[in-house]
Amino acid sequence: MWTLDQREAPSRLRRRIRAAAYLALLGFVGLLARLWYLQILHGEELRVLSENNRIRLHRVQATRGTIVDRYGRVLVDSRPSFDAVLVPEDAGDLDSTIETLATLLQVPSHELKSLVKNGQRPAFREVVVKRDLRFDEISAIETHQFDLPGVSLQITPRRSYPFGQVFAHVSGYVGEVSARELQSDPVYRMGDMVGKTGLERRWEKYLRGINGGQQVEVDSLGRRLRVLREVEEVPGHTLRLTIDRDLQLAADRALGEREGSVVALDPRNGEVLAMVNHPSFDPNVFARGVRKEEWRALLEDRTNPLMNRAIQGQYPPGSTFKFVVAVAALAEGVINPFTYVHCPGGMNFGNRFFRCWRKGGHGSVNVHEALVHSCDTFFYQVAQRLGVDTIAEYARWFGLGQPTGIELEHERSGVIPDSQWKLKRFGKPWFAGETLSVAIGQGYVTATPLQMANAVAMLATGARFRPHLVKEVESPDGVVVHREEPQQLTQLTVRPSVLKQVRDALRDVVERGTGKNARLPGVEVAGKTGTSQVVRLGKERPSASRLPRHHRDHAWFVAYAPASDPEIAVAAVVEHAEGGGGAVAAPLVRAVLSEYFALRDKREKQLHAENRSAVDRSL
Amino acid sequence: MLKIDRRLIAHFDWPLLTVTLLLLALGLVTVLSASHAQDRLLSPFFWRQSAWMLIGLGFMILGTSFDYHALDRYAFVLYGASLSLLIAVALVGAFGGGARRWLDLGFVSLQPSELAKLSTVIVLSSVLARNSGEQTLAWTVAVVCFVLIGLPCALILEQPDLGTALIVAAVGGSVLIAAGLSLRWVFAGAAVLALVAPYLWTHLKPYQQRRIEMFLNPDLDPLRYGYHIIQSKIAIGSGMWAGKGYLNGTQNRLNFLPEQHTDFIFAVFAEEWGFAGASVLLALYLFLLLRCVVVISRAKDSFGVLLTFGLSTMIFSQVLINIGMACGLLPVVGVTLPFFSYGGSSLVVCLFSIGLLLNVSMRRFTF
Repeated sequence: MWTLDQREAPSRLRRRIRAAAYLALLGFVGLLARLWYLQILHGEELRVLSENNRIRLHRVQATRGTIVDRYGRVLVDSRPSFDAVLVPEDAGDLDSTIETLATLLQVPSHELKSLVKNGQRPAFREVVVKRDLRFDEISAIETHQFDLPGVSLQITPRRSYPFGQVFAHVSGYVGEVSARELQSDPVYRMGDMVGKTGLERRWEKYLRGINGGQQVEVDSLGRRLRVLREVEEVPGHTLRLTIDRDLQLAADRALGEREGSVVALDPRNGEVLAMVNHPSFDPNVFARGVRKEEWRALLEDRTNPLMNRAIQGQYPPGSTFKFVVAVAALAEGVINPFTYVHCPGGMNFGNRFFRCWRKGGHGSVNVHEALVHSCDTFFYQVAQRLGVDTIAEYARWFGLGQPTGIELEHERSGVIPDSQWKLKRFGKPWFAGETLSVAIGQGYVTATPLQMANAVAMLATGARFRPHLVKEVESPDGVVVHREEPQQLTQLTVRPSVLKQVRDALRDVVERGTGKNARLPGVEVAGKTGTSQVVRLGKERPSASRLPRHHRDHAWFVAYAPASDPEIAVAAVVEHAEGGGGAVAAPLVRAVLSEYFALRDKREKQLHAENRSAVDRSL
Repeated sequence: MLKIDRRLIAHFDWPLLTVTLLLLALGLVTVLSASHAQDRLLSPFFWRQSAWMLIGLGFMILGTSFDYHALDRYAFVLYGASLSLLIAVALVGAFGGGARRWLDLGFVSLQPSELAKLSTVIVLSSVLARNSGEQTLAWTVAVVCFVLIGLPCALILEQPDLGTALIVAAVGGSVLIAAGLSLRWVFAGAAVLALVAPYLWTHLKPYQQRRIEMFLNPDLDPLRYGYHIIQSKIAIGSGMWAGKGYLNGTQNRLNFLPEQHTDFIFAVFAEEWGFAGASVLLALYLFLLLRCVVVISRAKDSFGVLLTFGLSTMIFSQVLINIGMACGLLPVVGVTLPFFSYGGSSLVVCLFSIGLLLNVSMRRFTF
């Protein structure tokens, strides 16, 4: 049967096919030998290993990268946490193990049962029963080890936010990976902690690191005997922010318990120096696993602590908007610095009386004085000459009505209305009277604190940058793998004299106008106050203390300093404040600015001293 | 339409058919074990595999029903058609597991790389049957054959499917060598391959590189492929002499074997039936091999010899690679076990090949 039919097939073909058949036969002999080796020679030990799945994979979670401020001081890091884990397959009598565990850890046993009975869990995958055990809980489990088959302690890195609420909206928080995230990225496993909001989410890929793992051999009770093979985890990258920790803390103190937001940025490059909101939340709550009632309380809280007001709070900017209108009016030539308007305390337009905030009026004012004293009547007049569409054009130039592009999710764009917008939104034509409200930052106009900070920064330098929070990303071994370069978005190409006139006016706002409370010794500050109405009230405006809280005005102040060579721009808003922008928001901004310059001087002195000692040494 | 005269039936290779059916039955039983769930014995996998088996048997009958010389006439048509399908996969194929391998035809998804194996064997047999004799193969013919093998290989590598591409290359190369490729060429080819290997290496997908690296040094990836191989070895070894009994394989039941109903089906079988069962299975394949050798040696012309040799090489290279892989002797390249693994295209192609072997066998006396 090994002979080939020779009639057609040549003999060489026959030879080579026979050789192939022998080769295949050799392969079969080899396989049989291998089976003998595995099943007979090593069968016994491999059988033992197969029982209870003795060789298991343990994931070793990578330590998440730290987040540091611009000077390298830690804002968010990780610390070891002891977690109790249970492998139900190893537990023997599962119910009694759960009961014992429940008493030791003081957790209701039905909660543990529902954790364990999760149908999604692959066989022999451990269940985290309780995270971050206290010392007494750890020792309780250690001492009761023999009553707790299948239970073990596991050390995992736990995210820690040492400053609690202060950086919550910037850093965001981590939480357990969701079903959807599990599906979208194969890197994740059930129980992993991933960035959910803020920078934690935006920079997740850099922060998370690479999980390692161990192939371990366990005994029949699931206790690990030895590590067979191991892949070391790689810690995540370090995120260096543009934030100055001390300035952030100072801004947080200045805002205090009032609801509102403070944003400070460097107008020369868009680096955000501080971003503070109140109310806020403690991200540590999420890192340990938020409880249902805690989560519900946060969601139902009327003051909305989860909202990052700096980028999501849309407030009418009120009179702070006037510097935008002033630039537009001067640049378009509808007024010049010597155009005077008489303010008798308001003006009639259509069949309505538009009030100026000062009932007695400002008398005869030009644009400079109108900005310094925040005269509404002047801007009502200007508004009529400009028209809403031109105002909107300039406002958008200043970055309003559109997201700033900061690297945080869910940024709101605010509203800069024009006739097109109203037609699309309400299906109604624009009324000329509405332009008057727009000119004083009321009506449909809204903006976020970050937008206003960036707009005033643009006035300060003439250029608008994309605000950003991250300076650079460093690998665990200290190599910079990514650097955020300043990104200039647009430039104010109006006549230099226009900018000078408006800037001079804002300087006088602080020097002798509505923003006197922001005056700082030794540093010239330029700024603009704003008091934005939340509801339209009758003829008489009662004082704030006599109004229901949610009817009170928002107090705004935007500023930059030093006026001649700006290095910092600040916007602050206090919701439903006790007083107007000049009384409430200006002192707040002053506190931030004074801290900024104090810190700057201190650092310069230090640098100076270091240099001098270096020089001394070298001499 | 079926012109099967009594002489054909008289020369029908019943043992070949019998051993094929036996293997099929064992395979179905093992797929059932590999895919059954706690609450449900008969999984959708089982029913689909049963359906594919019936379709495959239909193709086997089809494979016996015509004079195999028709394949010689239409060899290039078939080859062109399967190349077109491969190109179609590259353009509009369905993704699965990081690769583009399937054509979704709505009711069924087709894996054209399986068809490419078959058509490459046919076209090579056709070309070489005309151009080989007692003298060494002309170099022009050899070059044509290299191109014929290279085209489908390149397209399959692109998908990427390293395992199938290797099978096509190995089978094509075997047919070429058997048909009289000068051994000098073979050695020269091996030398060239050694030289271009570094270049090819850089063109492999990272996961393919990892599999090969990991095969050479399993410590490199103990958490994934290294773990799969260890679990497969534990499954096989823990079967010991007699196995753990049908449906009692713990490694398999607890989902510790990766792709247990396709690539690692042998581990499931060996765990449950032990060395005794595994030896029987190897014996069945060996018997099938012997019957194939008989068919090859009795084929009446060069085309028949080369065709049956190519088909047998295709089947048995897969058997050896798949089992070798499950035992930890060869890298995990993703090759199915003929007649055993879950998967329609592979099953249909293997059964159609058996049909062709039966075809050549029973027409050995007709002229």
